[in-house]
Amino acid sequence: MSLTPDQLAAVVARDIPAGSYVNLGIGRPTKVADHLPDDSGIVLHTENGMLNMGPAATGDQIDPDLTNAGKVPVTELPGTSYFHHADSFAMMRGGHLDVCVLGAFQVSATGDLANWSTGAPDAIPAVGGAMDLAIGAKQVFVMMTLFDKQGQSKLVPECTYPLTGVACVSRIYTDVAVIDVGPDGATLRESFGITPDELRARLPVPLTIS
Amino acid sequence: MSRTEILETIDEAVQGVEDGSTVLVGGFGFAGMPFDLVDGLIRQGATDLTIVSNNAGNGDVGLAALLKAGRVRKVVCSFPRQSDSYVFDELYRAGRIELEIVPQGNLAERMRAAGAGIGAFYCPTAVGTPLAEGRETRTIDGRVHILEYPIRGDVALISAHRADTMGNLVYRKTARNFGPVMATAAATTIVQVGEVVPAGALDPEAVVTPGIYVDRVVRVEERRYTVQGAR
Repeated sequence: MSLTPDQLAAVVARDIPAGSYVNLGIGRPTKVADHLPDDSGIVLHTENGMLNMGPAATGDQIDPDLTNAGKVPVTELPGTSYFHHADSFAMMRGGHLDVCVLGAFQVSATGDLANWSTGAPDAIPAVGGAMDLAIGAKQVFVMMTLFDKQGQSKLVPECTYPLTGVACVSRIYTDVAVIDVGPDGATLRESFGITPDELRARLPVPLTIS
Repeated sequence: MSRTEILETIDEAVQGVEDGSTVLVGGFGFAGMPFDLVDGLIRQGATDLTIVSNNAGNGDVGLAALLKAGRVRKVVCSFPRQSDSYVFDELYRAGRIELEIVPQGNLAERMRAAGAGIGAFYCPTAVGTPLAEGRETRTIDGRVHILEYPIRGDVALISAHRADTMGNLVYRKTARNFGPVMATAAATTIVQVGEVVPAGALDPEAVVTPGIYVDRVVRVEERRYTVQGAR
């Protein structure tokens, strides 16, 4: 069986080393936080200026001055710190973040990332912090479905959508497979509900079986 | 610049903003958005403005209201498109406003450079992307970097939690966001605060923006920003 978004979030959470500083992108990656063990010592960074971010705020906890990068109200944990935007991105760009988890439209076998624009002529471009995150974190994980609604692979030989970053993704976590990408191309680590041979047949890139 | 002025009214605080100015506007969505100062700027009447802010307005208030009033020629921001950015979207699609997209980290760092007297800097963000087209690059330690120039404001409008009469500022939680950087990067920095306290009442160790960066402070009655909620 392929994985549900929640199950996939649990797989990503499992692979984040204890004690890491981690940024979870807006959308699907946010779910990873729900699966981090309480004793992991993982510190979440949100690029609008906070380390050791707590869970989403509810009811009386909601404070308009305290949101995550998705502008959703969140909470503090003991040991939270706040800082301004230039410091927040210096943390990222200076290589101090261990892991960031992002969504994507496409990832190439060599780790190029396209996740900010589909290039549609009427689209209003909006990049936010994606380009800074892509080149800054020590490891960039991508969470996405492996195939789009038309059945086309989002793991591609070369991205056709506008790039966010070059050779920056180290691993993709998808509903049917976990695949390392990089200078050596795509290497299968795990598959869910599909055999390696079936995957090879459907992917437009060579797939090494580890 | 001389000592910080503590002013009684928003209208005094935004006096003198000229047509064609570049205005840095703090806030990340609604958190830290200087709503009262932006409303004051609408009343003050300056037009043909270039606005530098993370977003391009949310809902009908704050920056969105300034856009709707037709005062903005160009927006420099990282993330204009949101579920509630309809004012900007309509102006943009009608060709009535210019947009310059800057990655969020570059936006912050380019203002920091302006405030710190840095002529330009090299950074690897956006290499290989459409935003890098035609840009000057240099390979440093084997990695391609893009030359980035400072973003300087004629005016900064920001929101802080508390000021003392010296103009020292403290912020509150993630509402800090762009405030401290924008305060350094503008010729005139105007700050709305929830409270003004006597000099000596703020812990000097906890001051985030020293008063040297702050030109005008005005207290506002209540914070009017609300929770935006999930997108």
